[in-house]
Amino acid sequence: MNSWIDADLVLITLTSLVLLGASRLGTTIRMVALQGVLLSPLPLLLAGDAGITLRAAGLAVATVLIKGIGFPWLMDRAVRGGSLRRELDPRLGYNASLLAGVLLLAVAFLLSSRLPLPPGEGTPLVLPAALFNILAGMFVIASRRQAITQVLGYLVLENGIYVFGVGIASHQPLLVELGILLDVFAAVFVMGIVIFHMGRELDHIDTGRMTLLNDWEKE
Amino acid sequence: MSGYAGLLAALVLAPLLPGVINRTKSFFAGRRGPPLLQPYFDLAKLLRKGAVYSTTTTWLFRAGPVVGLAAMLVAAALAPFGGVSAPLAFAGDFLFFAGLLGVARFATMLAALDTGSSFEGMGASREAQFAALAEPAFLLGLTAVAWKTGGLSLSGMLGTTSFATWSGAAAPLALVCVSLLVVFLAENARIPVDDPNTHLELTMIHEVMVLDHGGPDLALIQYAAALKLWVLGSLVVGIALPVRSLAHGWAFAASVAGMLALCVVVGVVESCLARLRLTRVPQLLLGAGVLSLLALFIGLK
Amino acid sequence: MTLLLVALGLLVAGGAAALLCRQSPRAANLLGAGSAAAACALGLVPAVTGLVGGGARLESAWSVPGGSLALAIDPLSAFFLVPLFGLCGLAAVYGAGYLSAAPGGRSPGPPWFHFSWLVAGMVVVVTARNAVLFLVAWEVMSLASYFLVTRDDEREDVREAGWTYLVATHFGNACLIALFALLGPRSLDFADFGPASHAGLLFVLALIGFGTKAGFMPLHVWLPEAHPAAPSHVSAVMSGVMIKMGIYGLLRTLTWLGPPPLWWGGLLIAAGAASGVVAVMFALAQRDLKRVLAYSSVENTSIIALGLGVGLVGLHAGTPGVAVLGLAGALLHVWTHALGKGLLFLGAGAVLHATGTRDLDRLGGLARRMPLTSATFLVGAAAIAGLPPLSGFFSEFLILYGAVQHAGLHSLAAMVALALMSGLAAAVFVRAFGGAFLGVARDDGVRVAHDPGAAMRAPMAILAPALLALGLSTPVLLPALAPVVEQIGGLPARRELDAATAPLAVVVLGSTIFLALVALIAGLRRSLLAGRTVGAAATWDCGYAHPAPRMQYTASSFAQPLTALFGPVLRTRLTWDAPRGLFPAAAAFATRTPDVVREAALRPLFDLVSGALHAMHRLQHGRLHLYVISIALTLVVLLLWRLS
Repeated sequence: MNSWIDADLVLITLTSLVLLGASRLGTTIRMVALQGVLLSPLPLLLAGDAGITLRAAGLAVATVLIKGIGFPWLMDRAVRGGSLRRELDPRLGYNASLLAGVLLLAVAFLLSSRLPLPPGEGTPLVLPAALFNILAGMFVIASRRQAITQVLGYLVLENGIYVFGVGIASHQPLLVELGILLDVFAAVFVMGIVIFHMGRELDHIDTGRMTLLNDWEKE
Repeated sequence: MSGYAGLLAALVLAPLLPGVINRTKSFFAGRRGPPLLQPYFDLAKLLRKGAVYSTTTTWLFRAGPVVGLAAMLVAAALAPFGGVSAPLAFAGDFLFFAGLLGVARFATMLAALDTGSSFEGMGASREAQFAALAEPAFLLGLTAVAWKTGGLSLSGMLGTTSFATWSGAAAPLALVCVSLLVVFLAENARIPVDDPNTHLELTMIHEVMVLDHGGPDLALIQYAAALKLWVLGSLVVGIALPVRSLAHGWAFAASVAGMLALCVVVGVVESCLARLRLTRVPQLLLGAGVLSLLALFIGLK
Repeated sequence: MTLLLVALGLLVAGGAAALLCRQSPRAANLLGAGSAAAACALGLVPAVTGLVGGGARLESAWSVPGGSLALAIDPLSAFFLVPLFGLCGLAAVYGAGYLSAAPGGRSPGPPWFHFSWLVAGMVVVVTARNAVLFLVAWEVMSLASYFLVTRDDEREDVREAGWTYLVATHFGNACLIALFALLGPRSLDFADFGPASHAGLLFVLALIGFGTKAGFMPLHVWLPEAHPAAPSHVSAVMSGVMIKMGIYGLLRTLTWLGPPPLWWGGLLIAAGAASGVVAVMFALAQRDLKRVLAYSSVENTSIIALGLGVGLVGLHAGTPGVAVLGLAGALLHVWTHALGKGLLFLGAGAVLHATGTRDLDRLGGLARRMPLTSATFLVGAAAIAGLPPLSGFFSEFLILYGAVQHAGLHSLAAMVALALMSGLAAAVFVRAFGGAFLGVARDDGVRVAHDPGAAMRAPMAILAPALLALGLSTPVLLPALAPVVEQIGGLPARRELDAATAPLAVVVLGSTIFLALVALIAGLRRSLLAGRTVGAAATWDCGYAHPAPRMQYTASSFAQPLTALFGPVLRTRLTWDAPRGLFPAAAAFATRTPDVVREAALRPLFDLVSGALHAMHRLQHGRLHLYVISIALTLVVLLLWRLS
């Protein structure tokens, strides 16, 4: 069982790494979708000896539907709706981003080796994988210019929290998990609509160029 | 069955591998293709020929193929095959292995620069770049296996990799396998890093470096290239195919079959994929390094 | 010990005699070189006996407060004395040829004087057992090398390089003075130094102070300036031995500080990894052959730092195997780099001597014109690039072999850095060798080059086989390093070193097989081609009929894919005047890669400091009565403060 969990976590980590090094918007969206799908078996696998409950199964299905299909579809629609540039234009190059990803990975492993874990919780890889996804998500938000990529970064970050939640706090009621999922859904939905309209109105969704929209420097 | 059988197999069967790759590619292209033994025929023909040397070249140009082949022969004596220890196995031999690959590359690049041709300069320049990025991926990948298996020699690592190791540590081993496969493709100048078939000198790497060599020199180079394909391939196969649990004769046969299967995979990759843009290759190699590192991080826990 | 003193006396006297011999440059040259070479030959005897166990000690009183004339040879000193005397002796022989042909008929007296004092200073640094004596010798070494660097002081860039060197070296000295002041409040004799309460601070001070001399980034700024400016035999000594004095100092300090905490090793590995990778990138981007070698020196001291770091991490973790391998690898690399980089700088000097240029994009084709220089340079390049069977491979092997046996983030970082550096170093040296020696000459002056005279040829011809011999004798040599390793690490090392000789012996066996195979295949090839038609033609070049020399791939082009990849670090500056119109007349393209630390960090910092100090100019107004008043005021204030 454990090796399946590990394999799944490694694949999730890899999707984040690919996302860091990918230059095409389509690839990044596909990676987030893939990550959503990969996340779904985690509640079932981590249920362990307790057996697979209906709630865990429900969470898995909801994860696939929302993270694997819903969000990517929204993002894809936003990309197609607006006349966005397909090639991204990051603040940091792709190779540099990938190297930064390696550093983040090292930091995640370093941190998780320092964090005391309650015994018997998940596998030793859960914590570093969760931390890495959180860090990688923040890195994407900080290093990319386009609003859409920043939303994708936000999703990666949320996926990290999800891994953390499912893997570490298995006693936490699944209801909370579902609630968070719903929250994120609402947030991404709003962001998708905003990006869609922004793309239509402004021809670009470069957040770096939106500082002019503030109120106090209008004169 | 001692380790010398593996070495002998490498020496004898290595030129078969490019033949298998070419046949696979012909199959996908709907051609009949050259005979499987064509690389042997080529070697025999080249060995019978004379040579033409550029007037700009020095002894370094003639030394390149010689040093390259000698280094590859010693490397072949380090690589275990069929679950049996290699003749020259010792703790830390993978570092020596990497060093020997470095020597061969150094000699080839110098021979290329010796011609004074800008095409060969280009090839050497790309080789230097890609090799510098492939080396960390290779060393780190093998270190990951060393940490996982507790073996410090190639024979110790691959010899103790069994089905049990795989079921215990599937994720890191798979990562290393993919990483080493990328290194294998890059070091052997195959698609998606280099296209051995193109005849546009501007796009080639390995082939363009040896453009000026002919006759017996070219035979040495081609034989060394086939050996390199074999020894690096045998590492990938050794990890992916943990035949330790089989009886020796069967393990040997299974490993040979594994090598041929690897060549079919290479052929399929070459038929289905295009060569990457040169500026994208570093990313691929960097990615391989990241996979190796990830495997190491997992090993740390 | 007597021999060492005789050698020191000979150095000082010979240098002074060369300086005084103004009438005859020839006599000055012979006197300077002869005395230095003789002194080094004499000094080798106590050095070698010291390494195999014959220590010696000498102590006498000195009127300087806190000082005593205490000299001693223990294994650690002897280990550094051997390459010191060996390389300096060879450099002196080379220098006799190099300076005799100095342009402009300038007297070789002063450079020989400074050279002798540099060597003497280094000898005393390594053998001193008193902090005051050590610091005095350190200063003598620094100043003598400063004068050697600024020998061509009519050139602006040389004066600039000298100034940078002077500032950097005294920054380091300041840290060293603080280090020794903290180490010895009671006594300044090394024998009285012991584990201190604030060992961490002392370690950092030593790392900065000695690291400035060793050239760890970002303290390396003086190195790529000073090495190219100095005469080549001096560059060889500076790079091969003098920067190792920083390593020696660090090691000596470690013997006083007691058991290392984990972060010392971590800091060394971090410093070594960052500085090594960045330095090798910069080496790739340089066009000046000696600058390439200078950056490569930074990279190689970083390898030593990585080895030390692995050793300290192993010491902390209580794994003697890892500790001993790391330390032994670092030590072996000291010798490797002394011989290898010494050889390379001598080779670069021969190139400069023969062609008048160090620009890789103008050289080319020298392998035909200078067979001995090119062959020895190739050996040095392969050794420094860490290729078997030369000694560079063996030291890197030991460090990596140690790191592999320690499953931890620290050793992992060291491995990543070393793996990356070794691949890039190979690219650096293929580029340097290819640019200078292969292909066709790109410039007219290069076409008439020839090997230098016997005095300059002999040292290169000795050093190149020495690198191979050092590599192949590593298994024999390694157990002899046990006393040195024990002294640094404070743990029994004999058993681990003996254990490490087993794999090394197989490497040597494999290398011997490799060399035999090379000979065999070469013979086979020769016999195959005998009696067949072997033609000669122009390079194929894909159908171009008239390949011109300037069409060759230059060293800059060779490095371009890598320098582009590392662009964000290197910040290469392009000046490009593109060809325009139908019949473009003139076009120009130039790249320059200034040191990023110097440009981005130090220059702004120094501008800031000098701006702030400009405010002090107001005090220098030239009115005498105000000066007197301020002196009087200060005096009164001090008296009041003291007497109240």
